Amino acid sequence: MFAFIVRRIAQAVMVMLVISVIGFAIKTAVGDPVRDLVGVAVSAEERARLSQELGLNDPLAVQWVRFLGGALQGDLGQSYFFKRPALEVIVRKAPATLELVLAASVIILLVSVPVGIYAAVRPRALASRLLMGGSVIGVSIPVFLTAIMLIYVFAIHLGWLPSYGRGETVRLTSWWDTGLLTRDGLEHLVLPAISLSSVMLPLFIRLIRAEMKEVLEAEYMKYARAKGLRPWRVLFVHGFKNTLLPVITVGGVQLGTMIAFTVLTETVFQWQGMGFIFLEAVERADTSLLVAYLIFVGFVFVLVNTAVDIIYGLVNPMVRIAGRK
Amino acid sequence: MKRLLLACLCAAMLCGFAGAAHAKTLKMALDADPTSLDPHVQLSGGMLQYSHICFDPLVRWAKDGSFEPRLAVSWEQIDPLTTRFRLREGVKFHSGNTFTAKDVVWTLERLKQSQDYKFLFELFGPAQAVDDLTVDIVTTKPYGLVLAMATYIFPMDSAFYSGVDDSGQPKDLIAKTGPSFALTNESGTGPFYVTYREHGVKTVFTRFKDYWDTKSPGNVSEIVLTPIKEEATRVAALLSGDVDFIAPVPPQDLERVGTHKDVQLVTMSGTRVITFQLNQKRRPEFADKRVRMAFEYAVNNAGIVDKIMKGFATVAAQQSPAGYAGHNPELAPRFDLDKAKALMKEAGYENGFTVTMIAPNNRYVNDEKIAQAVAGMLAKINVKVELKTMPKAQYWDEFDAQVADVQMIGWHADTEDSANFFEYLLMCPNKETGSGQYNSGNYCNAELDALVVAANAEFDPAKRAAMLQQAEKMAYDDAAFVNLHWQNNSWAGRKNHKNLEHILNVMDFPYFGDLTIE
Repeated sequence: MFAFIVRRIAQAVMVMLVISVIGFAIKTAVGDPVRDLVGVAVSAEERARLSQELGLNDPLAVQWVRFLGGALQGDLGQSYFFKRPALEVIVRKAPATLELVLAASVIILLVSVPVGIYAAVRPRALASRLLMGGSVIGVSIPVFLTAIMLIYVFAIHLGWLPSYGRGETVRLTSWWDTGLLTRDGLEHLVLPAISLSSVMLPLFIRLIRAEMKEVLEAEYMKYARAKGLRPWRVLFVHGFKNTLLPVITVGGVQLGTMIAFTVLTETVFQWQGMGFIFLEAVERADTSLLVAYLIFVGFVFVLVNTAVDIIYGLVNPMVRIAGRK
Repeated sequence: MKRLLLACLCAAMLCGFAGAAHAKTLKMALDADPTSLDPHVQLSGGMLQYSHICFDPLVRWAKDGSFEPRLAVSWEQIDPLTTRFRLREGVKFHSGNTFTAKDVVWTLERLKQSQDYKFLFELFGPAQAVDDLTVDIVTTKPYGLVLAMATYIFPMDSAFYSGVDDSGQPKDLIAKTGPSFALTNESGTGPFYVTYREHGVKTVFTRFKDYWDTKSPGNVSEIVLTPIKEEATRVAALLSGDVDFIAPVPPQDLERVGTHKDVQLVTMSGTRVITFQLNQKRRPEFADKRVRMAFEYAVNNAGIVDKIMKGFATVAAQQSPAGYAGHNPELAPRFDLDKAKALMKEAGYENGFTVTMIAPNNRYVNDEKIAQAVAGMLAKINVKVELKTMPKAQYWDEFDAQVADVQMIGWHADTEDSANFFEYLLMCPNKETGSGQYNSGNYCNAELDALVVAANAEFDPAKRAAMLQQAEKMAYDDAAFVNLHWQNNSWAGRKNHKNLEHILNVMDFPYFGDLTIE
C-alpha cells in the first residue's frame, strides 16, 4: 500500500513537471509581454532593456529552472498586467469561478433528475418528446450564444436581471468575496449559471433517462411493483438510487469540463473569475500569469485525482492490483 | 393601515428623490481599464483618460483644437527656447498639499525618466521655477509643439510622492511590473480621486471637495468605472440600464444604440488613421511608383468605410485628419479600377504577382475584415494576396521583423500633430535618430524628411502648417502607402447627461469633471 501511494505521488509530480514544460513551451507562442507594458511609440532599445530586466532574454531552460525554484517556495511569479504575485491574483479570482460552477451544478441537479426520470417513465408523452428534442438543440447551441440570447431577453428586453458582473459581494476572508449572500449578488448569478449549465444539462438528462430506462426493465423493479409498493417509492428509492452511480462518475469527469467552459461564460458576462482572467491574460500576453494559471489548475486537478486514486486504493484493493501492473 | 402604508411609501420615495438630488453617480463601462494609478507608467488612451479624471494638465485641448488654460492660466514665449507659464493660485492636491511651480518642475523631471514618455520630452531641458506660481519650460532646440506637450504635463504632488514607502522603495519609482507606491496611490489636482480600486474589475472615483474649478458645471459626485472588453456585453450593460455611459460603441450596434429611447449616441470623426505599408525592400515591384499607385487606385476605401465600417469612419487620402496642421484639403481619395489596371500594365505586371500580407485581428475596429476586403480588391488587378492575421500580442513583433510584403498599421499621433505621423510612419528608417520606427514600407524620401524636420523647428503656425501640408502632398503623389480611413470615435450615455457632447472630443479624453446629469 505504501509503495502504491509513493508511486502515485511520484506520478503526480511528473505530471506537474510536464505541465510546467508545456506552459513554458507555449509562453513564447503567445507573444511578447513587453509590448503590452509600453506604449506603441517606445523605442526598440527601451523595450529590449525592459525584457532584459524581466529576464525574458534568458534561454527558456534558464527561465524554467528559475520558475521551478520559485514555484517550490509557492512563488509563481509576478503578473505583468496586475503587477502583483500571479498566485495571489488567481486565488482571489477562484471563488467567483467556484460559485458559478456550484450554482450551475445545482441547476443541473434540480432540473436533470426530474426531467430525466419523467422522460424515462413516460417516453411516449408529448412533454418527454419536446424535452428530449429540446435537449438536442441545447447540446448544439454554443454556450456564448445561449449567454447572449439570455442577456438580450432577460436583461435588455425584460429588464429583470442584470447583464454583467458579480454585483454586490460580501467579504468572507481576505481573498474570498462571495456574491451568494446578497440579493444583488444572487441576481447577478442567475444568467451566467443558466448559461453554464446549458452545456451539461442535456447530457445529464439523456444520461439519467437512459440509465433509468434500463433500471425500469430490471426484475427487482417489477418485483417491487408487484409487492404493491407506492409508485414514487419504487421509482426513487429502488430505481433512481441505482442509476446514480454512473451519473456520479460522469458528473465528476464533467466537473472539469465545466470549469473549462467557464472561460466562455465568464467572458460574455464579465464574470471576474479565473476563466475570465485566463482569456485576458492570453490577449495581453501576460505570460507569467498564464503559466501560473496552468500550474495552478493542473495542481488542483492532479491533487484531486491523486487523492481520489489513493482513497479508492484504500477502499478497494482491486485498484491496487491494477496499479501494480 | 392602508394610509400608513401609503405614508411610508411616500416617505421612502421622498428620501429617494432627496438622495438623488445631491449624489449623482456615473456608472461607466469602457473597453480598457487604466493600467495603474501612476500616470507616467504607460502612455495609452486609457491612462490619459484616467489622468484627466484624477490629475489636471497645465493646458488642455478645447474642442476647436485650441488650448484651454487649466493649471496654467497664461503662457508666453520669452525667447525661442523658453515658454513661461503662470500657474493658477490656490490649487490643492488630493493630499491637501498646495500646488506650486516646484510640482511642475518635479513632474517634468519624472516624465523625462518615464520609459513611455521620455521620447515625447526628448527636446525638453529641465524646467525652472521662477517663483511659486511661475515656471519656465525650456527646450534644447526651438520646438513648435511646447503647448501640445504641455497637455501631457499633469502635475503630480511632489511632496506626496517623495520619500520611501514601507518596503523601502522610493515613492516616485516608475515600476513597469510593480509593486510600487505610485502604482496604487495617487494625489493629483483633478476633479476626482480614487476611493476604491480592484484592478481590472472596478475603480471608483469620488469628487474632490477642494477642486479648484468651481466654475465647472459638473455635478457628478461619483464615477464607477468597470472595464468591459467584450463588445456585446458592453452594449448590453448600457441598454439594460446597468451602466449609464459606454465607450466605444461597436459599429454593428450603432443603430441599435442610436435609436434607443433612453440613450444618446455621440460620434465624432477620429484621428487614428488605418493604412497598409508596401515594403519596397522586400519587393522590388513596390519600388516602382506605378505599382504603389495601382494599389492605391485598386483599393476602394470608400466602399470599406461604407460596408465594413457601417459608415463609421472617414475616408482618408492622407495621414493627417481634418483639424491637424498638416491636413491638406486638396488631396482626394483615389479609387479607379481601370486606372489601376492600366498602371499595372504600364509597369509590366499585367499578369500580377503574389504578395504576403499581415494584419492584426483584435487591435483596430474590424481590422481582420478590412484586410480580407483589401485582399479581395487586389485580386482584381491580378495581385494574389496571402493574408495572415493574428492577435496584437503577436502582431507587433512580426510587424517589426517585416515578415510580410504588405503590413497593416493604424496610427494616432501622440502629439495631436501631423509631424508625428511622418516621424513614425514615413521618414527614412534610422535606428540612431529613431525616425521611421514603424515604416515597414521602407519608403524613403530625403526631401520629405528635411521638410518635416524643418517644420518642427518652425514657430509660425501658418508656415509650419504649409510645410506639413506640402509633405502630405509629396507622400500622396508618391503613393507612399495605401490609405484607408480614420476610425471614428463613439460614446453613448443616458439622455439625462445634459452636456455629454460638450465634454467629449476627438482625442477621446472625456472631461468628466464638467459633466452635468439632470
